[in-house]
Order: sequence, then C-alpha cells, then structure tokens
Amino acid sequence: MAKELWKGNEAVAEAAIRAGCRYFFGYPITPQNEIPEYLSRHLPEHGGCFVQAESEIAAINMVYGAAGSGARVMTSSSSPGISLKQEGVTYIACAELPAVIVNMMRGGPGLGNIAPSQADYYQATRGGGNGDYRTVVLAPATIQEAADFTQEAFDIADYYRTPVVVLADGMIGQMMEAIEWRKPKERALPPKDWATDGTRGKRPHNIINSLYIDAKDCAVQNRKLQEKYDRITENEVRYEEFMAQDAEILFVAYGTTARIARAAVLKLRKDGVKAGLFRPVTLWPFPEKALRECAAHENVAAVIDVELSMGQMIDDVKIALAGAKPVRFVGMGGGAIPAPQELVDEAYKALGRCGK
Amino acid sequence: MSIVYRKSKGLTDAEMHYCPGCTHGVAHKLVAEALEELGLVGSAVGVAPVGCSVFAYNYFACDMHEAAHGRAPAVATGIKRVHPDLAVFTYQGDGDLAAIGTAEIVHAAMRGEKITTVFINNAIYGMTGGQMAPTTLVGQKATTAPFGRQKDHYGSPIRMAELLSTIDGCVYAERVTVVDVPNILKAKKAIKKAFQLQMAGAGFTFVEVLSTCPTNWGLTPLEAIGWLKANMIPYFPLGVYADRSEAK
Repeated sequence: MAKELWKGNEAVAEAAIRAGCRYFFGYPITPQNEIPEYLSRHLPEHGGCFVQAESEIAAINMVYGAAGSGARVMTSSSSPGISLKQEGVTYIACAELPAVIVNMMRGGPGLGNIAPSQADYYQATRGGGNGDYRTVVLAPATIQEAADFTQEAFDIADYYRTPVVVLADGMIGQMMEAIEWRKPKERALPPKDWATDGTRGKRPHNIINSLYIDAKDCAVQNRKLQEKYDRITENEVRYEEFMAQDAEILFVAYGTTARIARAAVLKLRKDGVKAGLFRPVTLWPFPEKALRECAAHENVAAVIDVELSMGQMIDDVKIALAGAKPVRFVGMGGGAIPAPQELVDEAYKALGRCGK
Repeated sequence: MSIVYRKSKGLTDAEMHYCPGCTHGVAHKLVAEALEELGLVGSAVGVAPVGCSVFAYNYFACDMHEAAHGRAPAVATGIKRVHPDLAVFTYQGDGDLAAIGTAEIVHAAMRGEKITTVFINNAIYGMTGGQMAPTTLVGQKATTAPFGRQKDHYGSPIRMAELLSTIDGCVYAERVTVVDVPNILKAKKAIKKAFQLQMAGAGFTFVEVLSTCPTNWGLTPLEAIGWLKANMIPYFPLGVYADRSEAK
C-alpha cells in the first residue's frame, strides 16, 4: 500500500476508527486536540458517536459506561487531563473492561506547559489511580507505530479485558510522517457476554462493578487481576534493539527520546565508539529480562538511561540490571529536549575518555 | 385464589440491606414497577451510585452498572450513546448527585441525555454515617455539622429539581415523596412518566424523591416521616418544576 503523510494525533484518531472504535468521549487539552477534532468530524460518518464531555472525569466515566455496555471505546488527553482520568481508569481496571486511553504527554508537574515530555511514566506504569492494578502501556516512537499500536491496543484491551494506554508525547502528536496503513495480527477475541446491553429476558442480569465489600472477595478479585497481569507480562513484552549486540555503551530510551538516542548511537559509531540502543516498546510490562540479557554482555561498560523527565524509567532499568552494570542518566524535565550531542558527551564520560 | 399483590419482576430476590424505616425500598419498588409496567425490564440498564444505594445493582433485575461517586450520569451517557434503544436510568443520593456529581448531572441535563435520574434526597450522607449534605437543612445537625448547619458558613441547601428545571435539555423535573400512600402513588406516576418521556426520545428526565433516614436523623421511622413533612417539604416543595414534553 502507498505511504501517506499523517500527523500523529490524526493518525491515532484514524487508527481508532480503523480498529472499529465507534465511541469517543474527551475534553480539549493541548497537545492532543486533533484527536477529538478528527473524531468529532469522522465518527458520525461511520455510525459512531463523539461526545465532548464537561471534564476529563466525566469523559472517562462515559468511557466506563460505554465499555461496560460492550462498545469499543477510546478517550485521549494530555498529562494534567490524564491525572483527572485516573478515577475512571482504576474502576475500569477493577471491573475488567476493555478501553483505550491515549496520553500525549506534556511538561509538568502542575499545569507545566504544552511541550513534549515523558514525565508521566510513573503514572502510566504504576497504575496511576488507587489500588493494585496495571495498564498495558504501548510507547510509539514513530507515527507509523502510533497508528499500529492504537489499532492493536483495542485488540489487547478486548483480549485481556483491561485498559490499554498509548503513551506518546506532544512531539509524536504534532509531528507528520509517512505511514502505511496495516492491520495488527489477528487475535481470537472472547465474546462480550458480560456487557450491560439489556437482558432481553433471556439471561440473568449482568452487573458491571468494582465493589467487593467483603475483604475475602476483594482479595480474590485482586488475585484474579494479578494472574491476568502475569499472563500479560508473559505474552506481551515488546522491545527493540539497535546495534546493541557489540555495544560498549548501551542507551535505554523509549518514544521520542529513543530517536534522539538513535542519532547519538550513529554519531558515536561514526567516531569509533560502539554504542547501541535498547528501546522498551511496552513500558508495562517492562522488558526486564530482555534488558538484563542485553546489558549482560561483557562488552557493555555502562548503561545510559535517557528520558524527557528527571528520571522515572531509570527505576525499572535499575531493577532489571540489579546492580550488574553502572547506570547513568541524561534527561530534562518540563518539556525541554536534549540534543544527541549531550548523549554523546555522557557516553564519553561513562567510558572515561575524551570525545572528538 | 387471585393474586392481589406480588413483588415486581423488576426486582431480584436479593434481601435488601436498608435500615428499618428507610424509604429506599419504596423508591426501588416504584422504579421496578414502572420498568415492568412499561415492558422495559429486559431492555433497561440502571446505574447505581456510591452511597446507601450502592448495592442497587443487586436489587434491580435489569442489567446494572455501578459508578464512581457522582459519576452515574456520565456512565449512563456512555451506555445510552452506545444503546439508544435501551432505557437507561441513574439512581443517586444527595451527596452523590448534588455535591461531588453536580457537574455530571447538570451537563447530562444540558445535553438532554435521554436518561432518567431518580434522585433520593434525604438531607444527609447516609452510608458514611450522617455527615452534612448539600441538601442538609439550615440548623439540621449532622456529624460534620454538630451544632447544626450554619447558613453563614455553608449557605442554604441546594434545590436540584428547581436548578435542573432551568435547563432546556431537562424535559421533565418533578419532586415527590414516598412517606404516605397518596404521595407514593404520585411518585409512581412521576417515575413512569419520566421513563415514558425517555423512551419517546424527549430528553433528560428527573424525579427527586424526598426520603427519610431515621438512622442518621436519630429518629424512629414514624418520627422521621413527621420530620420530613414538617421540615423538608416546606423547603423542598413538591410538584412539577419542568415539563417540556408535548403531552403537557
């Protein structure tokens, strides 16, 4: 198929339609506004429905209702708005409903700014709302991946009955790239026989619920969720290695920063330094084992974690490496972006050498 | 032998947890009877709130969806937009609807969501143990207003039926009570009309039910009925506040 030029946010919106999503509930916030704008125009053409809610809290609770009644449904927002949505996300996770939540991250904390950021890593990978739960977190680094992952997010959500987060940043949302429309690999999806779509007098009533008033029952539900998260961890981990096999310097970065790290790797290679990149694609489940094995090569002298934050994923990197290799950090918060040269400089520091 | 009375098929056989003298049971019965009489039990989805009626999902025989505190109208919006053919209702208390969920109810009304909201106003937070509600009367004692609600500190109680009646999308708003037989019959009529208007696609419909909470009011069930009549009805007058239906 011919390649087409798409803006990230619009590609995400179109991908949702292509995945069969017909319902979207959202609230305006920069830098993700093209997603609701696109869907407000195009969902009705597909017999779907777009509603601009009174708040992010209302929007995610509309998602909760629509998901519970059996629909493929999505919402999108950016960092401060995603904070507001956490109430609904924890209910959706506990009630075991499929839903897709897109976060085009911006600078924080607080109102922060509208520049690209990766400072919602903790919030996305640790649950974000109250209680013991996880959301699958897919982190695209290109518009192609944003389109691919958004489509597949719906299948993953339906397959496991769990909320799935597509975690990108304002850079991915606003940038244009050539992409090819393609379908995710098919999964055998279970029927939604639990949905609240009317008993029609043919079955006992279905109940969508996250309340387990008896502690024993709540413990059982927590156990059930954990077993699901273990299955996801077993089956859904994704990552990419770039020139990592013989690397003496191993960068770890995801999304937009992985592109910067890639540029740094090529620059260092050109200068004769064997650099490589390990890119987590699923942030939860984190590719812990793969990273440990990748960094275990005796040629790896140091690992450099790169983020558009003050250091969040670095915790998972350190857990994975368990002290086996020194871990350094390059990153900045508040929407600022490091240049490849800053990564190169850090690599030379790690090697105790002077750069060219 | 003829059957003169039986429990509505809109209710399950689950034993209710409500306190003696609480009017939630009567309100549940009226909603269930309205659904049954309109043939909607199999094509209805109810949204339960957080509060005393949180377990409503166990009591109504139709499909049920439990919502976060105050968010029932948003959850109902999601369900109704996916299934416009279903009868979708929320059942909410005063803390849920008139405090934490004020934005959700006002905007559901503004959008003219084709849902029915049954609002139980008992002037107190019941499940959490008698804290002050936005509907607590001035001077009424609550565990967080131990000397009675002070007007200069908290203002006067909010009148939701009146407030929502100013919104065009709200096609029907009535305040009823269920403390005696004539009023129970009126309440039934109001709830049934609300569902009928919803199914006719008219818009948002709202029935406020003045209810008793003997446990948290510190009264016997009989005293509670008297207190409601003497104190609540004068401040929250019964009646129809909006009727924008064609059948007016």
